[in-house]
Amino acid sequence: MKRRMSKSTVSSLSNYGLVIALFIIVQICSAAGVLTNQIEGLLIPVCIYVIAAISLNLVVGISGELSLGHAGFMCVGAFSSALFSKVTEDSMTTGPRFLIAIVIGALVAALFGFLIGIPVLRLRGDYLAIVTLAFGEIIKNILNIVYLGRDENGFHLAREVGGLHMSPEGETLVKGAQGISGTPRDSSFLVGIILILVTLFIVQNIINSRTGRAIMAIRDNRIAAESIGINVTKYKLLAFTVSAALAGVAGALYSHNLSSLTVSKFDYNTSILILVYVVLGGIGSIKGSIIATIILYVLPEMLRFLQDYRMLIYAVVLIIMMLFNWAPGAIAWRERIVEKFKRNKTKGVS
Amino acid sequence: MKLKKILALSLAAAMALSLGACGNKSDSNADSGSNTAAQSDSTGGSGEGGTLKIGGIGPLTGDNAAYGIAVQRGAQIAVDEINAAGGINGMTVEFSMEDDVSDEETAVNAYNALKDWGMQMLLGTVTSAPCIAVVAETADDNMFQLTPSGTAVECLGDAGNAFRVCFSDPSQGTVSADYIAENSLGEKIGVIYNSSDTYSTGIYESFAAEAESLGLNIVAEEAFTADSKSDFSVQLQKCKDAGADLMFLPIYYQEASLILQQADKIGFAPTFFGVDGMDGVLGVENFDTSLAEGVMLLTPFFVNSEEENVKSFVSGYEETYGETPIQFAADAYDGIYAIKLAAEQAGITADMSASDICDAMKTAMTEIELKGVTGTIRWTEDGEPNKEPMVLIIENGQYAEVE
Amino acid sequence: MSFLSYLINGISLGSVYAIIALGYTMVYGIAKMLNFAHGDVIMIGAYVVFTAMTGFHVNPIVSIIIAMVVCTVLGIVIERVAYKPLRNASSNLAVLITAIGVSYLLQNVALLAFGADTKSFSSVVQLPPLVLAGGALTIQATTIVTILANIVIMIALMLFVNRTKPGQAMQAVSEDRGAAELMGINVNGTIALTFAIGSALAAIAGALLCSAYSTLTPYTGAMPGIKAFVAAVFGGIGSIPGAMVGGLLLGVIENLSRAYISSEIADAIVFAVLIVVLLVKPAGLFGKNVQEKV
Repeated sequence: MKRRMSKSTVSSLSNYGLVIALFIIVQICSAAGVLTNQIEGLLIPVCIYVIAAISLNLVVGISGELSLGHAGFMCVGAFSSALFSKVTEDSMTTGPRFLIAIVIGALVAALFGFLIGIPVLRLRGDYLAIVTLAFGEIIKNILNIVYLGRDENGFHLAREVGGLHMSPEGETLVKGAQGISGTPRDSSFLVGIILILVTLFIVQNIINSRTGRAIMAIRDNRIAAESIGINVTKYKLLAFTVSAALAGVAGALYSHNLSSLTVSKFDYNTSILILVYVVLGGIGSIKGSIIATIILYVLPEMLRFLQDYRMLIYAVVLIIMMLFNWAPGAIAWRERIVEKFKRNKTKGVS
Repeated sequence: MKLKKILALSLAAAMALSLGACGNKSDSNADSGSNTAAQSDSTGGSGEGGTLKIGGIGPLTGDNAAYGIAVQRGAQIAVDEINAAGGINGMTVEFSMEDDVSDEETAVNAYNALKDWGMQMLLGTVTSAPCIAVVAETADDNMFQLTPSGTAVECLGDAGNAFRVCFSDPSQGTVSADYIAENSLGEKIGVIYNSSDTYSTGIYESFAAEAESLGLNIVAEEAFTADSKSDFSVQLQKCKDAGADLMFLPIYYQEASLILQQADKIGFAPTFFGVDGMDGVLGVENFDTSLAEGVMLLTPFFVNSEEENVKSFVSGYEETYGETPIQFAADAYDGIYAIKLAAEQAGITADMSASDICDAMKTAMTEIELKGVTGTIRWTEDGEPNKEPMVLIIENGQYAEVE
Repeated sequence: MSFLSYLINGISLGSVYAIIALGYTMVYGIAKMLNFAHGDVIMIGAYVVFTAMTGFHVNPIVSIIIAMVVCTVLGIVIERVAYKPLRNASSNLAVLITAIGVSYLLQNVALLAFGADTKSFSSVVQLPPLVLAGGALTIQATTIVTILANIVIMIALMLFVNRTKPGQAMQAVSEDRGAAELMGINVNGTIALTFAIGSALAAIAGALLCSAYSTLTPYTGAMPGIKAFVAAVFGGIGSIPGAMVGGLLLGVIENLSRAYISSEIADAIVFAVLIVVLLVKPAGLFGKNVQEKV
């Protein structure tokens, strides 16, 4: 018995296909030795931001809420997982330790997402945006003055290093502004790809399920959705929490990629950067998020030959790409071109 | 669906364009590289020893761009001087600086880009947190790394491949506290530091610890963050109310210049004591230097020094860039000369791999003694510099040595 | 006495936020977009004033007028090139992202044109400070001028919006763009006018911001811009008196928490207060809570 696959299933499968195809292409290039150090170094960061962008798309695109605090969830995920790995570095083997660290990062970020979501999700539009931005900044501000040390008497928490009062053998794990350094670098491209696939699996299953339809119904018309008995708070909170958890996964991947982790990385600029990926790729389009993230992350690195003009040109390219992809005038123009091209083609065939 | 295809296509085109542009660039590099190789072949090694590629990483854009640009310029001056005088062991030095926006992730990306360029040694990174991230990479690759200004202890890693030109945070904090205690500069000490900055908190912490053991009386410890670094009225008022007669400022000159102005506005005039980050305060454009009168700073670099090498460095820098060099530029200048000295000691040649260079440099660094613009420096095995800090005081709008 | 001086410093900081927030709120009210580049227009304005005053020794008032002209032109150009094509885009997030692109662009242009190093900005207000209570309390002339400028601008804006024809056109566009167009209002012209006024205000804000804190870098506008955005939301975004009150409150809360709670987490406290206010009044202090209909 044959069943035709629905449009959404095809689209979901093609996203998995895209990621796997990218992985295979990179592996072939790598085996053939054509990958530069620069490209190889970009692989893991690209995975990190792809996960972050897909998870933010769940909130911005599917749930229709503007969040400017996504980096805050990455931050708690990064710090909690890095802390776990540092504490257990000598007592566990790499594989299980990293797996548990990722799960911890996801859970802690989910907890934050849940707790923040309860009060915040009653706000709408730009007010929600500003409150998520505020939470992101609060997380950053407070982590800046957290000092955590460990000696034979257990853990010590203080507001400054002098307040730890540790024995001489004690080790400072979290050092305020300096953050956590020396986290084992467990991240790899393969792990990154697997985590993207897991993220895709979770997000696409939500979208294509009853839950996803409820969330999108709320996005399209909250009052109508409520009137047919959809629990608005529950579904919004669900999307927000899952999104936070996945951002935590991205954070865990980040903190295990570099040996230095500081909170200053996770300011509102990073949140905005992820939002840029989502919007440029097309709000609600998972494939768009993946492609736009890859291009926008790689672009400034590829512009290094411009030296002083690098970021200037990057800004110009960003504006032009936005206009090209979003301006109604540009869209109409593109459609005309495509139309013309098609007509020529059919003429040629006949 | 159509739209998406076009989107994907257009984005892909943009990417291909940038990749293509980049490809051209590396091609032309490769060309020039082979040209020089051909030249040296034809001359048969008479004086032409190929090129030594030194990479640099630091913030050239973003909030900390001033430091990265200073390092770039200081290093470039040293490179030009060395090349004009015949290079290192006959090798022409090529220096290329990449931007890291003072961000760990971008710093590692910049490091990888430099490896593609063919970097054989690294002068960087400029700021501490990116340095910690990059030192893990250089340790893996066994690449020789000399940071001009990464002050955090962890900047050097523990693989032995990394050295630094500047003082580490703890040494600056400790020496400052010792100096203040020895010369009894203040009865009541106030501190304003940047709690979101690694450099500033690092110095502050070691200062506080040493001050406690010396019995110095710290009456006020006030912080600010990178997000609110223009209004110091509250911090200054609190220090004033606490009766501080000496303010210790382990911060950079930009914020220090603001603190001096705002302290003047509320009529608060203690002795200000800064560390090497304070150097440059007189160079802030349009700053009323009379406000800095009497400010003391602990720094290895003395821009008005009568030493011949400092004079020539400062005049060369002013001629080329039209501004007075700050300590970052001086550290970078010394960094390049340290590389030169050690490379000559170790007999580095252009055809050595980065890893072989690193092994040779590691030993050579501990054997050299550099008479640099930031003092006479010897290095220990763990990469720390041994040099004497100077205490300077600002008098008549100029830095002067304290007798 | 020190409480009073903390309070006055807070008002001083707050009045700077307020003047930036006024520009934010104007543009938001009419164009319904968060102009993330507003802080950077302020920075450009400050550089123009700095160059005129320090480089060409122009009188401060004239310098500010030059800066207002430059910023007005800049504002209109930005609107035309980067924002207007996206006005009818399917999501209003598109223009937000473009605004971020413009913000990056302005920062990097300033970096290349003026260099990365800090400039020390001499105050445009060359008057002696006001000394009260026998020297125990000093109020800077810049503070007084900033507060006065705030009040004047706020009243002028309210009169303009409520009493003049273009002002009422703005209100109409803000209420319902389509209906306004049907009534024969030139919507494009009205929005361009809003950007022109907002950018001229940005030039004044830039001069006063840098006069108060005497520092100027290519990134000077970014953080005050975000804080002023918070202030505008605090007061109810789109509301002119709301921006003023929001800015002042934000400055006072920030400085008092720095003085009495902790200088390290003052920003966190400001944001926490903001969250609490928004939870109690979801449209800010002065915002209208519009009921949604099906």
